[in-house]
Amino acid sequence: MFEKRIFIDRTAEKLTFLMASLSCILLVIIAWGLLKRSFPIMEEKSLADLLLTSSWKPLKGNFGFLPFIMGSLYVTAVAMMIAVPFSILTSIYLSEYAGRRIKNAAEPVIDLLAGIPSVVYGVWGILTVVPFVKYLAGLFGVFTTGYSVLSAGIVLAIMIFPIIINLSTEIFQSIPLELRNASLSLGATKWQTVKFVLIPKAMPGIIAAIVLGLSRAFGETMAVLMVAGNVAQTPGSLFDPAYPLPALIANNYGEMLSIPLYDSALLFAAFILLGIVLVFNIISKIILLRITRNTQ
Amino acid sequence: MDLKSHISVKNLNVYYGAEHALKNINIDIPDRRITAIIGPSGCGKSTLLKSFNRLVDSIEGVKVTGEVSVDGENIYGPDVEITHIRKKMGLLSQRPFPLPMSIYDNVAYGPRIHGTKNRKVLDETVEKYLKIAHLWDEVKNRLNKPASKLSIGQQQRLCLARGLAVEPEIILGDEPTSALDPKSSRAIEERFMELKNDYTIVIVTHILRQAKRLADYVVFLYLGELIEHGPAREIFENPKEEMTKEYIKGIIS
Ligand SMILES: Nc1ncnc2c1ncn2[C@@H]1O[C@H](COP(=O)(O)OP(=O)(O)OP(=O)(O)O)[C@@H](O)[C@H]1O
Ligand SMILES: [Mg+2]
Repeated sequence: MFEKRIFIDRTAEKLTFLMASLSCILLVIIAWGLLKRSFPIMEEKSLADLLLTSSWKPLKGNFGFLPFIMGSLYVTAVAMMIAVPFSILTSIYLSEYAGRRIKNAAEPVIDLLAGIPSVVYGVWGILTVVPFVKYLAGLFGVFTTGYSVLSAGIVLAIMIFPIIINLSTEIFQSIPLELRNASLSLGATKWQTVKFVLIPKAMPGIIAAIVLGLSRAFGETMAVLMVAGNVAQTPGSLFDPAYPLPALIANNYGEMLSIPLYDSALLFAAFILLGIVLVFNIISKIILLRITRNTQ
Repeated sequence: MDLKSHISVKNLNVYYGAEHALKNINIDIPDRRITAIIGPSGCGKSTLLKSFNRLVDSIEGVKVTGEVSVDGENIYGPDVEITHIRKKMGLLSQRPFPLPMSIYDNVAYGPRIHGTKNRKVLDETVEKYLKIAHLWDEVKNRLNKPASKLSIGQQQRLCLARGLAVEPEIILGDEPTSALDPKSSRAIEERFMELKNDYTIVIVTHILRQAKRLADYVVFLYLGELIEHGPAREIFENPKEEMTKEYIKGIIS
């Protein structure tokens, strides 16, 4: 019996280690696969040429990714600007102000929101958000089809609400009651406690939640593809159409493969996508480190 | 001993949902004395302490009836501004909870939320109360470091300084030394002895020896009921109730 227990213990360590390394290896394999398939285009063109020019004419051999990169960045930025304040305030309400009954009612609704397939968000976006944006632009005297950065940003924001809300609510609730009491007992109001104590305390977790939402928004394909307009041009305003990277890949991969380098170009796009998400993660780690060093 | 009352409790009942945690409590906490609340675990000591600064009714599902008067004002009255009540009391909890900010900002937190902005005034306040808490010499060169980097004993003295910086009249301590090593505990006890000339101090403790060392007045609770209260010497040397006798002898705990 004794021996078996120790044997299981050792096996457990090895098995968990194996599984943990497997997920790391998987990332490397995916990155390597994408990189390898994008070699043909990288041999033809300089990196600057690919990343910083705007002409996208596959038939002529012009592959400028700038409009797609900018499209992705704009759409994501708009989504984050809407989603972050809304989600953080919602989670503060849920964890600090709402009574148990409201909390119990809100949680399943938020979970449900997270479970809606992205194509449904896309259809809903076409039916309501696109006409709304078209109307809104009209008020400013701008003509647009409605398929735009703003539409995509709104739809994306709604898709990532539940991610950020759930995570940050959990983070606020993990803060010990006594820390709140420490601030309240000095005569602080509830909002002062939230602002000066709870938000700083939760900040590392909130940033992690935001980055998760950001990565999700950045890579989201279906819903964005349906409402963004998909014009290969760097958007000049909120009402212009955009063509984010995931939409580019999903719309075109597997078609027109007779065009030289097209396949390689699309896999290069996938590689950029992965690279940018990785950069987000690294930046957030650095921010996290600085915050924890200064406050926690 | 002529005891002027500072906190006056009348017919206080506290319910956590269906649980009747404090049953009809009536006591007067003497002004500028150390009062110790003693009693076995779960008897309602923390609840009584938290009802003094109304932290108890911020818990969901809690019902409070009766009166607690501080300086003659019923803090459960309808027009009471709760932040003004709490400003009158500093709280030390069982474990220190430094706020997620620097040592300086922890002490300056109270004055700041009550509107002090002048840097010079804040500097003086921080220095003054860190000195009173006997922490100044240990931290004066690293005031901008996070408070969480201090040892637990230092953190508890920081929390004391933080509480004193809002210039309260009352200090509440819920087993304030129970997480500390003997030396840090003694440091806190010594601060209490120094402070009792200027402040009304109420501490919860389950260490009878600590109660004997510190207290001028003792309140003994058992299962949510007030069994006996009176000057410390009377309670420890000549308790009237059988239950108090047994608790002090260590028969019930
Ligand atoms: N938040 C709460 N919700 C429900 N019941 C509670 C809560 N806090 C305390 N109680 C109950 O109220 C009673 C008194 O608790 P209290 O914390 O005041 O006891 P205590 O004397 O401080 O105990 P200890 O010495 O263990 O700290 C206990 O029976 C406890 O179970
Ligand atoms: Mg207690």
